Amino acid sequence: MSARQVAEQVLDPELPVLTLADLGVLRQVDEVGGRVTVTITPTYSGCPAMDEMRADLIARLAAAGYADVEVRTVLHPAWTTDWISEDGLRKLADHGIAPPQRIGPRAVGPVPLNLEPPSRRVQCPRCGSARTTELSRFGSTACKALRRCEDCREPFEQIKEL
Amino acid sequence: MDNAYDGLTDAGEEKHWAFGTGFTAALAGVDRAIPDADRDSLTAYCLMLGDDALIYSQRLAEWCSRAPELEEDVALANIALDLLGQARLLLSRAAEIEGVGRDEDALAYLRDEREFRNVRLAEIDCGPGPGGDFGTTIARLLIFSTWRLAVFQRLVTSADPVLAAVAAKGIKELAYHRDHAAQWVLRLAGGTEYSRERIVAGLDRVWAFTEELFATHRVEAALPGIAVDPASARAEFDQVIDTVLNAAGLDRPQVKQVAALAGQAGRDGVHTAAMGFLLAELQHIARSMPGARW
Repeated sequence: MSARQVAEQVLDPELPVLTLADLGVLRQVDEVGGRVTVTITPTYSGCPAMDEMRADLIARLAAAGYADVEVRTVLHPAWTTDWISEDGLRKLADHGIAPPQRIGPRAVGPVPLNLEPPSRRVQCPRCGSARTTELSRFGSTACKALRRCEDCREPFEQIKEL
Repeated sequence: MDNAYDGLTDAGEEKHWAFGTGFTAALAGVDRAIPDADRDSLTAYCLMLGDDALIYSQRLAEWCSRAPELEEDVALANIALDLLGQARLLLSRAAEIEGVGRDEDALAYLRDEREFRNVRLAEIDCGPGPGGDFGTTIARLLIFSTWRLAVFQRLVTSADPVLAAVAAKGIKELAYHRDHAAQWVLRLAGGTEYSRERIVAGLDRVWAFTEELFATHRVEAALPGIAVDPASARAEFDQVIDTVLNAAGLDRPQVKQVAALAGQAGRDGVHTAAMGFLLAELQHIARSMPGARW
C-alpha cells in the first residue's frame, strides 16, 4: 500500500466511525525518497485529539513499513465541515450522528449575529423525523451539539456546521 | 493505539512534565516565517492576544460543574477549551519570536503577574466562587467574544502568517461563543424580573472594563500591517452589542469606566486584585514542584 492509502485508513480518535480522510483533516501525504510527510489540520483550535492523530499516523505508517514519517500541522486554510466527504456524511448518519449541512464559502463582511438557535431542520438519524429540538449547543466534543427527536424521543448528537 | 490514554502514557519511555501540556509543540509544521518587525513588539503582541485567551479560559473553566445546568457546564468548558487552544498557538508563537528558549508552558506557568498582558476584563472574578454570578459571567462572555471576534476579523490579513491563520480559525469559534452569550442575554432579560435584574447588573459590572478593550496600545501602534488597532473594531462591537441589547429590551450601560493606574492597565501588566489569586491557582503546582515528572 502507498503511504497515502495507509494514512487514509487511520480513524479519527473522537469520531472513530470516520477516517481522518473522511473528516477532511488529512490534507496531504507526500512520499519523497522513503520519507513520508503527512499534513493534517485541526478541526478546532483546542482540539485535544491532534496529538493522538499524530501518534496514530506514525504508528500505522511504521507498521506498514514507513519508518521515516513527519506529521505537519497546517492552520490555514481553516478546516470546515464542508471538507467532510460524502462518504463521511453517510457514515455519520449510519452511526446515529446527524451530519452537518453544507455551508459553502463564508460571505464577505462581518460575521452575522444569530439571536436564535438555527431554525433549520435537523433530521433524526434514527427514525428520520424532522421534528427535532436542540438540547445543548455544546456536546461531548467541540464539534458536536446535542439534540432530541420529538417523535422517537431519542437524544442524538449532531456535527455542527463550522 | 487503541485509546487516548495510551497516547498519554506510552510515548516511548519518556516521562511527561507533571504539569503543562506535555504535548507536541502547538505550532509543529505551521508556516512560521517571521515578518520584518520589531521583535520585542511582536512578542508582546502575541502575548497580549494569548494572555487574553489563557486567563479568560481559566476563568471559564472554573464554572465546570458549577453552572446552573449541566448543558451550561459543557458549554462554558467547551468555550474555555477553544480559547485555551488559541492561547497555546499564540503563546507558542510569542516564545518562538522571543527566541530565548522559553516555551508555551514556561510562559503560562512561570511568568509573574506584571508580565501578563491580558486586558483586565479577562481576569475579574465573576464566580462561581463568593460574589460570583452567572448573569455577570454571561455579560462578560458577550462583551469578550464580540470584541475578540471583531479584532480577529481584522487580524486575518496580518502580515504575520501565524497570527492570520490563528485568527481565521478563531473567528468561527468566537462567532459561536458570541451567539451563545447573546442568546443567554435574551433569555435572562426576557425571563423573570429577577433574571432581568441579574443580567442588567452583570452588564453594568463588566461594562466598566470596555474602554480598555479599544485603547490603542503602543505595541499595536508599533506593528502596522501586523497588529490590529482595536479602535478600528469599536464600531462593529457597538453595532453588535446594540443589536443584542435592543432585542433584549435593555439600555446600554451607563457606568464609570475603571481607571488605568498612571496610564497603565492590563496590557502593561497592571492588573486588578483578582489576578494574583487566579495566577496562584493556575501556577501553583508548576511552581511548587519545578521539573516534576510522572
